[in-house]
Amino acid sequence: MSESNDPPVHWLERMLDNTWLLLALGVLIPAISYTLWGLLELANLKAATLP
Amino acid sequence: MTTLDPTVEGALPETEAAGRGNHPPGTFRVCATTGLTVDLAAEKFIKINAVFAVVFLLLGGIAALLLALTRWSAVHLLNAEWYYRMTTFHGLNMLILWILFMEIGILYFAATALLKSRLASVKAGWAGFACMAVGAIMLDAVILAGKADVMMTSYVPLRAHPTFYLAIILVAVGTLIGVINFLATVYIAKRDKTYSGSVPLVVFGAITAAIIAVSTLLHGAGIMIPTFLWSIDVIDHVDPAAYRLVWWGLGHQSQQVNVAAMVSVWYLLGTLTVGAKVLNQGVSRTAFLLYILFINLASAHHLLVDPGVSAGWKIWNTSYAMYLAVLASMIHGYTVPAAVEVALRKQGHTKGLFGWLGAAPWKNPGFSGFFLSLLIFGFIGGITGVTLGTEQINIIAHNTLRIPGHFHATVVGGTSLAFMALAYYVVPLIFRREFPLRWMCRAQPYVFAAGIVLMSLGMSFAGSYGVSRRSWDVEASGALHPVSYDPSVHVWLGVLGIGGSLAFVGLLMFVVPTVLAVFFGKRVEAKMPAW
Repeated sequence: MSESNDPPVHWLERMLDNTWLLLALGVLIPAISYTLWGLLELANLKAATLP
Repeated sequence: MTTLDPTVEGALPETEAAGRGNHPPGTFRVCATTGLTVDLAAEKFIKINAVFAVVFLLLGGIAALLLALTRWSAVHLLNAEWYYRMTTFHGLNMLILWILFMEIGILYFAATALLKSRLASVKAGWAGFACMAVGAIMLDAVILAGKADVMMTSYVPLRAHPTFYLAIILVAVGTLIGVINFLATVYIAKRDKTYSGSVPLVVFGAITAAIIAVSTLLHGAGIMIPTFLWSIDVIDHVDPAAYRLVWWGLGHQSQQVNVAAMVSVWYLLGTLTVGAKVLNQGVSRTAFLLYILFINLASAHHLLVDPGVSAGWKIWNTSYAMYLAVLASMIHGYTVPAAVEVALRKQGHTKGLFGWLGAAPWKNPGFSGFFLSLLIFGFIGGITGVTLGTEQINIIAHNTLRIPGHFHATVVGGTSLAFMALAYYVVPLIFRREFPLRWMCRAQPYVFAAGIVLMSLGMSFAGSYGVSRRSWDVEASGALHPVSYDPSVHVWLGVLGIGGSLAFVGLLMFVVPTVLAVFFGKRVEAKMPAW
């Protein structure tokens, strides 16, 4: 097995070059933080009582 | 004009080393000006998307003029029915159709020309375009027929004709096909090793826009499909609070696609106009990463006065998360002009602190348009956006004219002006036609920018006095309880009207030379003539 002489690539650069990981993060983060959390709160609202 | 410098690092590929990528013979041409490999199929889609984009820009612009002349209380042009019809028409043509068609063109350009790749699927390109075009025509037709006076947000229980929702779904599906085609092209470019290392920064920005678009379109499907079913009585109820929450996952996030695409265009035009190099790849790419991770959470600021969601949800999504995206915009707002400064100083414009700025090619509409876009977006759009996104201020400003005062600075003064600036290069490089009326082209960014700034300030100040947005009658005549504003609001509404009219003149100064160039312009045989 030949050893590569290429310098190691920084983890941030590897992450930035991984389009599919970025796609997953870009869809999941707003889906969880904004949409699901918000819908969960709306679903658990108690019905307003009459005064 | 500064042609592409082969030593440019990062924003665009190094043209000297450019091979022909994965193009089969006879399916590409080499641009005489930039040295980029232009895929002929992608070129067709870039052209057709650009033409449709300009058509919808003109339609939305005509509606904008009518609206500005109605909100200008001394003129008050339209009756109430047509005011709300035009508000719907204007919002959808400008915020959705003009921008989306243009963005699909930009994505196809970035993935093919900058990565030296063929388009992943020509059939998918046509399918996506057909869905978008049919949806767009249906949408405009149903609005003009008076069957969908529900405004862009179409909040339930306001109910439009089912065609309205179906048309939006078609546009969204078509756009999603285009975005998937773009991502597939990025994939095959990497698989076929058409480039080495990381993608150029402009492509990375386009990938950012595409990722945000996927999230946007999923939200669009998530809310428009049930609303369509409700409109044809298949389901009997759509919860208004849930509608607002998911709809803003479409409505606000779509504007974040614009932000990412606009910033990519800034980097591209910085290189094309003055040969600017990216100062620091890591910083600029990390700023785009912040957009991917956090910018969509800012949709929550539309719900800051909604009672159903908690303070914790509001504060997390609009403060901590949103500021990380704002940080990204501030980084781009620094790195882009800094790259321009470095490039101009290297060309010998070293006098004093701002000698480079005076020596910049201000007669080149590609440069003046992008730089004015950057200033308007950053100073007016950015500052108003951050303040309005704060819960305490939002409760005062919500649903006032301050809100459109903000987003006209970001979307029109920022994105639309940047896309217009890009067109001054797209037409000669992709359509290979020379612009006629070059004096008009040179003046256009200034006229348009002045109009938008005036209009935005007029809206913002009138809104600060409490004038509501989307209201046909500022005096609320006939209301049970009299409504009175400080008389000075009429001055600001006048500024709005004058600014809107001036911006419309600026829009015509863009559309007329562009249409003349595309259909009757002199053919660019070799290099693009310098601006």
